[in-house]
Amino acid sequence: MNKIANRQVMCETLIDEAKQNQDIVVLTSDSRGSASLVAFAESQPKQMIEVGIAEQNIVSIAAGLAHSGKRPFVASPACFLSMRSIEQIKVDVAYSNTNVKLIGISGGVSYGALGMSHHSLQDIAVTRAIPNLQVIIPADRFETKAVFRYLAQSDQPAYVRLGRNPVEDCYQAELTDFEVGKAVTMRNGNDVTLIATGETVRVALDAATDLEAQGLSVRVLNMHTIKPLDQKAIVKAATETKLIITLEEHSIYSGLGAAVAEVVSANRDGAAVKILGIADEPAVTGKTKEIFDHYGLSTENIKQIVTEHLL
Amino acid sequence: MVNLKKKALEIRKDVIEMIFHAKTGHTGSDLSCTDILVALYYDVMNIDPRNPDDPDRDRYIQSKGHAAEVYWAVLADKGFIEKEELKTFSAFGSRLIGHPNNKVDGVEMNTGSLGHGLSIATGIALAAKMDNKSYHTFTLLGDGELAEGSVWEGAMAAAHYQLDNLTAIIDRNGLQITGASEDVMKVEPLANKWRAFGWEVIEVDGNDIHALSEELHKQPVDGKPTCIIAHTVKGKGISMAENAAGWHHRVPNQEEYDQAIAELDMQLEALANE
Ligand SMILES: [Mg+2]
Repeated sequence: MNKIANRQVMCETLIDEAKQNQDIVVLTSDSRGSASLVAFAESQPKQMIEVGIAEQNIVSIAAGLAHSGKRPFVASPACFLSMRSIEQIKVDVAYSNTNVKLIGISGGVSYGALGMSHHSLQDIAVTRAIPNLQVIIPADRFETKAVFRYLAQSDQPAYVRLGRNPVEDCYQAELTDFEVGKAVTMRNGNDVTLIATGETVRVALDAATDLEAQGLSVRVLNMHTIKPLDQKAIVKAATETKLIITLEEHSIYSGLGAAVAEVVSANRDGAAVKILGIADEPAVTGKTKEIFDHYGLSTENIKQIVTEHLL
Repeated sequence: MVNLKKKALEIRKDVIEMIFHAKTGHTGSDLSCTDILVALYYDVMNIDPRNPDDPDRDRYIQSKGHAAEVYWAVLADKGFIEKEELKTFSAFGSRLIGHPNNKVDGVEMNTGSLGHGLSIATGIALAAKMDNKSYHTFTLLGDGELAEGSVWEGAMAAAHYQLDNLTAIIDRNGLQITGASEDVMKVEPLANKWRAFGWEVIEVDGNDIHALSEELHKQPVDGKPTCIIAHTVKGKGISMAENAAGWHHRVPNQEEYDQAIAELDMQLEALANE
């Protein structure tokens, strides 16, 4: 298994981009260690800004820097960045339209054993309701690299969620490009569609392998961009396959599944949509895999749902 | 050279006109800081309405965003927007809304949520340091706003980064929507708070436009951000609104409007005879 965490790839990519563009700056809230950005601080000390443990301040300062021509990346734990700083994100970044990249690190249940204060399972819900803010969750190290190459060039505000721990590869090799707002068809199929984002893409791919062994034709969509959402790919899946199962490391409310259901329900004769995610409760604590299994983000559960619906 | 006192009275008249016609606005908050905006825009800041995006311009972030009418009146008078547009204030779809809107030339950032401006201004001043630019950044805060914790996060960071190119002006009118600020949430000892946070503190009569201007022109202390506590009178210039919390966002009726304009005209006349 790959042992490189997405956050480490972020650091390497940002060092590379920052060397080419002096306007790129990284801001941390005493979070350079957890963000794997120590190497960035050592390589590009003049492009590193520490604000201390002050997540509201970090976003407003970044907005001021962006307004003055800098290209700030704010790297702070997703649980705090998407909650404590949300008004600064709404007003100073999205509304004022400043080119700030908000990197929520250790997203979802990455901090599995630390409890609800450190889980970020509402970040998709709040960020996708804010106009003028892209929401992106890369699946593996290859996609993370492509996303950060894209972010370094993009002039739009964005929230990006990264997990803490190394994840297995979803792609075989480096990606030549990243198209924001365009789902990637990881596998094509016509019976059932699995739509996943971030670390659940790997879960979907593994389930697909199992289902295919049973003779089913499974489509897997990697919805790396939650906003703008690839509605076309969703409508296509709802028309061409009989069942859609969504997978996300997020509350079952108002996340990827809800976004998919909003699109499908507006479409006549659409497939049924089954939403898999974390139940509406303080999530059980443990390792990511344990938590995923507990809430049915697993091959076993997906097989069962497909059997109930299709066989 | 602009007669600052005269200009401030004229801007006050514009503010009253806008609020009376739109039937909405923050009368007391506007009049309290009118002299501060006039000092900045007509005497202190390096800005050019013909080149609003000049990279070397001084920056102004109005953290107390609700005093929008006075901001629009100043921007119109300076020529950033047509004076005619002031009539659209608060109308459906107008750019001139009840808070600063950066779709309008001259407005740097959208504000309205209190407690954001100082941190934004800190980011702007920090960028100037990083790029060796000599522009100065000003931000205006209300005194009620100081209860927002984020203000003190910004205060800490500006001192930490030794931003002597940053000036925060506190519109210390002592009132907020509910009543006296000291009753709502005590902020005293205010000067000592800012000093303790590492700022150079200056106290001045914020409605004495020449005294205020003089302080704003002073060379900052090396390595320290400056806090100007501008002691002001909320509703300044119109006797019925002065020091009255109820006028925070009260709209004058016809009678009050007539009296307000008459009082401002009298002050203009007195000034002309000085
Ligand atoms: Mg006040």
